[in-house]
Amino acid sequence: MWMYVLKRLAQGVITVWFIATATFFAMHSVPGDPLLNERAMSESIRANLEARYGLDQPLMTQYVIYLGNLSRGDFGISFTQENRQVNDIIREHFPISAILGVLAVVFAAAGGVLWGALTALYRNRLPDYIIMFLVILGISVPSFVIAALSQLALVNLNTLLGSTVLPVAGWGTVRHMLVPSLVLGLGTMAYLTRLMRSSMLEIISSDYIRTAKAKGVPPARIFTRHQLRNAILPVITVLGPSIAAITTGGFVVELVFAIPGLGRFFVQAVQQLDYTVIMGTTVFYGAFLVFMVIVVDVLYGFIDPRVRLE
Amino acid sequence: MHQFSAADFAPLEPHESLHGISRPSLSYWQDAWIRLKANKRALVSLFIVGLLLTFTLLGPLMWPVDPGAQDLEQISQPPGMDRSALIVPDYQPWDGSSERSDVSDLYLAETATTQAVRLKWDALSGAAGHRVYRNIFPVGPEQAFGVPLAEFFDNNTLYFEDRLDLRPERYYYTVVALNSDRSLSGVFVTLAVNVLRVTSLTDAQERGLVDGNTNLAVGDQIDLALHPLGTDYLGRDMLARLMAGARVSLFIGIGAPFLFVLFGMAYGSIAGFLGGHIDQVMMRFADFVVALPFLLFMIMFKIAFGIGPGESGVFPMLVALVILMWPATARLVRGQILQIREQGYIAASQLLGAKTNYLILRHMIPNTLGVVLVTITFAIPNAIFIEAFLSFIGMGVAPPTPSWGSMSNEGIKTMLTHPHELVLPALFISITVLAFNLLGDGLRDALDARMRNTE
Repeated sequence: MWMYVLKRLAQGVITVWFIATATFFAMHSVPGDPLLNERAMSESIRANLEARYGLDQPLMTQYVIYLGNLSRGDFGISFTQENRQVNDIIREHFPISAILGVLAVVFAAAGGVLWGALTALYRNRLPDYIIMFLVILGISVPSFVIAALSQLALVNLNTLLGSTVLPVAGWGTVRHMLVPSLVLGLGTMAYLTRLMRSSMLEIISSDYIRTAKAKGVPPARIFTRHQLRNAILPVITVLGPSIAAITTGGFVVELVFAIPGLGRFFVQAVQQLDYTVIMGTTVFYGAFLVFMVIVVDVLYGFIDPRVRLE
Repeated sequence: MHQFSAADFAPLEPHESLHGISRPSLSYWQDAWIRLKANKRALVSLFIVGLLLTFTLLGPLMWPVDPGAQDLEQISQPPGMDRSALIVPDYQPWDGSSERSDVSDLYLAETATTQAVRLKWDALSGAAGHRVYRNIFPVGPEQAFGVPLAEFFDNNTLYFEDRLDLRPERYYYTVVALNSDRSLSGVFVTLAVNVLRVTSLTDAQERGLVDGNTNLAVGDQIDLALHPLGTDYLGRDMLARLMAGARVSLFIGIGAPFLFVLFGMAYGSIAGFLGGHIDQVMMRFADFVVALPFLLFMIMFKIAFGIGPGESGVFPMLVALVILMWPATARLVRGQILQIREQGYIAASQLLGAKTNYLILRHMIPNTLGVVLVTITFAIPNAIFIEAFLSFIGMGVAPPTPSWGSMSNEGIKTMLTHPHELVLPALFISITVLAFNLLGDGLRDALDARMRNTE
């Protein structure tokens, strides 16, 4: 067990190194450099700035310095926002993205399991048709359209009630978080509902459910103890990748709802070729995702005793 | 008890029905096609996909309008709007005189047209000057006057001519009295104005709506250029842009999956066939690529390839998609190959002297094609989504190249006043994604017994 966790963690570290290397070389092959954005400067100023940021060193030396700093958890200084540490940017804005993402994952997982189980229980009856129709909508309508439409709905709701019940944009209180996280989780929720439905249908027709029924176990207990517990397993396996999809999918929702999360900073940094911020955000996100996948895999071993962690 | 006679043991005549094959022999693909045909949803989706391809490929031939051409007389026009215009004389400057003398405080000196709206008003009580506003919504209790157009700091100028970006809509003009310190006093007067669409003969000739030696005169009606699905915020034809956008979206949406599935298939079959250490190393590398945060790298690669001036940015996006999305197919194909490798018919073929190339090309790849086809169908809506997503956050194709995503991005800004600019491209994205998803479901059910959906 612990050997498995250690092995996975070691693999994770190598993966993060791979991400860091790929980011570094992709970034340095971009035409132009961040100092070009500055106003016209003399040769000596430029040379000084390059020295300050270490851009005058050969590429491999820069790479070694970069890896060294990275191993100490230092992402460097932003190029465009003067003297701002990338670590500070992440510390300030990542929690916002994380809260949004966690809420979205919770919505998606809870909704997916619930709706999926319902559709399976009411198979080929009205609730099944209604939910599956909504699921198809959730899968095929792009998130930015849903985000925009939900904003429109919020405006109408607020004018109808005469007060701001749920704010249309911005960040701060729980009321700001509800709608954006729901919108963010919707696509994943639709996907999980489908997955849950098919796994639930498979289990409903299995032998041990018939046995339980024959023994006279009450339906509610069959549902919670036998069906739900087994049907939920495939949902948990895809939860790791789903978290990845949701955290990066947050860009659009952050943009539409004007949420000061990390995604917005990344988009901005790419446009301004802010090397350090781009590399910092990418490596940080990458490490976060790798870690989340490991956590989900280990959890899976606890939940499903049939899976041996080796 | 029955008594047997010798006749009971006589050989029977060969019977036709015993020897005939009762069902036609079907190949794998024929069988799959029959099952797909039985699936109504998949068939409808296939039909929609066909329509979309026709729309994309043949559409520009049937509707040869330049998607970049601007029609400044019809900006942000919803579909199906009346496009007739009255011909009026060329524009003449106005000195504020008018024949009309209205009783109300604020009145029109002439009929309001898209050429000019000429307002006159009587000095408001206690005013040291006036400011003119225009809004597209009525001035409510919150006193939203709209856009300030002009200010006059004396009481002599009591007229104003509005020529700013006039559309054939209803406008609400407000004149507010100013205090002597140029702040707003509470006194104002509002007028709702319906603007009439007009065009001058010179303009119409310049735009090619009528030819030079026409016998049309001032006061006649002519039709402006036809835009079946309306125009966008720059007056560009929506139908032509949707077609051009479809070319970009579907090119990326179909091209990228084909390329990365092809690459993944080659990679996976080599890894699966060779096995051992090479397989280990190859699949570990694929694992690393999977672990890359997808969208961040998508954006970074796109920037790294660079978009020169005048380029559309379609090619970099295609390459970035291929680089990042092949491992899933590679894993899938490798798993299939590992399974097939152990099958008896492979051993038999090997015994008969089949070479490696022959085994891979003749046995292994054809046997994985079903799974691969399903993967492609599911990858297409995914790629279309990614393109739309990136174009939406402004990291996709470079303007003025239209794509459904970038059109949605532009449309979302005018969502409240001109919803068709968002709804149309969003609808196209949704229908395409839906069609490919349902088609994928159908194909999976038809082609692959193991992955068959329990519906």
